[in-house]
Amino acid sequence: MKKIEVKGLTKVFGRNPQKALELLIEGKTKEEILQQTGMTVGVNQASFSVNAGEVFVIMGLSGSGKSTLVRLLNRLIEPTAGSVLLDGEDITRMNRRQLRTMRRTKMSMVFQRFALFPHKSVRENVEYGLEIQGISKKERQEKALESLELVGLKDYADSRTNQLSGGMQQRVGLARAMANDPDILLMDEAFSALDPLIRKDMQDELIDLQANLNKTIVFITHDLDEALRIGDRIALMKDGVIVQVGTPEEILTNPANSYVERFVEDVNLTKVLTAEAVMKRSEVIIWDKEGPRVALQRMKEKGLSSVMVVDRERNFVGILTAEEARKVKEKEKSLEDAVIKDVVTVQLDTPVSELLPLMAEKQFAHPAVVVDENNKLRGVVVKGSVFAALAGNGVNAHETS
Amino acid sequence: MKLPKLPLDKWVDHGVAWLQNHLKPLFQGVTAVVQPTVDFFQHLIQWGSPVIIAVLFSLIAFFASNFRVAFFTLFGLLLIDNLGYWEESAETISLVLTAAIISVVVGVPLGILAARSKGVQNVLNPILDFMQTMPAFVYLIPAVFFFTLGAVPGVIASVVFAMPPTIRLTNLGIRQVAPDLIEAAEAFGSTSAQKLFKVQLPLAKPTIMAGVNQTIMLSLSMVVIASMIGAGGLGAVVLQAISRLEVGKGFEGGLSIVIIAIVLDRITQGLGTTKQKAV
Repeated sequence: MKKIEVKGLTKVFGRNPQKALELLIEGKTKEEILQQTGMTVGVNQASFSVNAGEVFVIMGLSGSGKSTLVRLLNRLIEPTAGSVLLDGEDITRMNRRQLRTMRRTKMSMVFQRFALFPHKSVRENVEYGLEIQGISKKERQEKALESLELVGLKDYADSRTNQLSGGMQQRVGLARAMANDPDILLMDEAFSALDPLIRKDMQDELIDLQANLNKTIVFITHDLDEALRIGDRIALMKDGVIVQVGTPEEILTNPANSYVERFVEDVNLTKVLTAEAVMKRSEVIIWDKEGPRVALQRMKEKGLSSVMVVDRERNFVGILTAEEARKVKEKEKSLEDAVIKDVVTVQLDTPVSELLPLMAEKQFAHPAVVVDENNKLRGVVVKGSVFAALAGNGVNAHETS
Repeated sequence: MKLPKLPLDKWVDHGVAWLQNHLKPLFQGVTAVVQPTVDFFQHLIQWGSPVIIAVLFSLIAFFASNFRVAFFTLFGLLLIDNLGYWEESAETISLVLTAAIISVVVGVPLGILAARSKGVQNVLNPILDFMQTMPAFVYLIPAVFFFTLGAVPGVIASVVFAMPPTIRLTNLGIRQVAPDLIEAAEAFGSTSAQKLFKVQLPLAKPTIMAGVNQTIMLSLSMVVIASMIGAGGLGAVVLQAISRLEVGKGFEGGLSIVIIAIVLDRITQGLGTTKQKAV
């Protein structure tokens, strides 16, 4: 289902945007228009759609217009032309009142430099979106606490924002955006100001949150690695133009033009990397020794959505997801039925170029399992780690997942 | 060929006369507000014996600032009483407070308007420059025309002279709020009033308070000058000392003004910074 549909969205900064618009339609480039008229083209006739519940990444280098584009979606910047349909309703035609209501209930934003209010406590920051809707103090405090709990900062509700680290501040930013329970999160370089390790944690957390809450996320980044890790689909931008929209696989394997190709050329390591290089150590439970309770506990500890099931000889049996484990625990299903056996299984030396299509065939529903020649479980390959590795970030085979 | 002199002085004279004739109800209205306010403060300060009032002031100083300022306030005010200028000081403080309140009531909204619109700012800026650089004495003449002699023209002249910092720093404080915070406020669907009262003003508060502090200091200096048109208070003491060449008396009056200036300055500065901490 299409959540957001953008058609011909254009922004020109300058005195006479209509004239620049005509030139754009004639096919003039950003540079030509700058020389000819002195006006700056922010976004040039962008068209794309975002499906409900997906993470849509808009990626480009600085100056490519991606931050302008995301601000056109909630009209922090007024578009020069084009339309943005949210659930079929055109945002660009809304009056101020409708626009406010839309911002309050449907779309929240997370900012690069967090943009937390320094004169408010953590809780008051998270409450802000509810406060301005006139929601009672009691109700909004409850909702703020719920939202803070989602990001693991409930205990810091009464702290000052400047007492928190960068990562924690951005969690507050995320909690603030989610307190309104919007359908859509706009994230403008949300993790770019964080250091790499924290950034990775936040990416993982965002993926988890998205899976649990099923929000539609529009995520802006300049970091290909990040785009590949979290994006269901990626739009590549250059000079205000959307150059290509596609899944990470499509972008990597089938670049639309030489620009995209150059962008991803370092990435094409699929032929060199093997399953062993990109796999992670997996959490296991032992088939006839440990039950669903242990499985759930282990997933909870490690923040995972599934564990591998092996027998006492560490022969791979299948995958048990948290949901299925819960069903077993509630006695709705036997363990035998709950374990998913139809998963991609590869050898240690399988190249990633072969592994990827196999995983893609199954829609990346589950991690691929890496076994050795005796069918003993050696590790798992998750989608994120494949793309992270392909993004040239190197792989840490010893890393636990 | 020599160009004839522009009759600017005549024009101004005519203009003032016209205003005097046509805007009389306005000036009477202003007098009806200002005079009772001055009287109110004066009664308030002279409500108890000087010792009680000095203690109360030093308590305010303690809560707004710290022990040292409170100590200074207590002894400064007691010294003024001892020198025999208590009543004149009460008058001066009343004039200053009245002028400061009017400056804030008028200046903060003007500052807000200037912050929200470049047009308003462009119109206000030269007017504020004019108000600040025109020699303060010049305001006294039209003030007398409009409000006759006494406390009211003194207050009005002080307001004209002292209001610019409040307007300027309110404008500056609001414009200095980080743009991403404004974006955040807008992205969550704030109305412009919500943006102003929940984000911009709280964050601009320390800067606005610095402006209010400056306004109070300037109006104190103007109130002394305004004694020339019968505003009374410590200025009158100094003025009298000058005309009679009484150095000692002039020093006493001047010292009292300095003490009041320091007390008012430290208290308002303290209010500004404690607000900042509490925020």
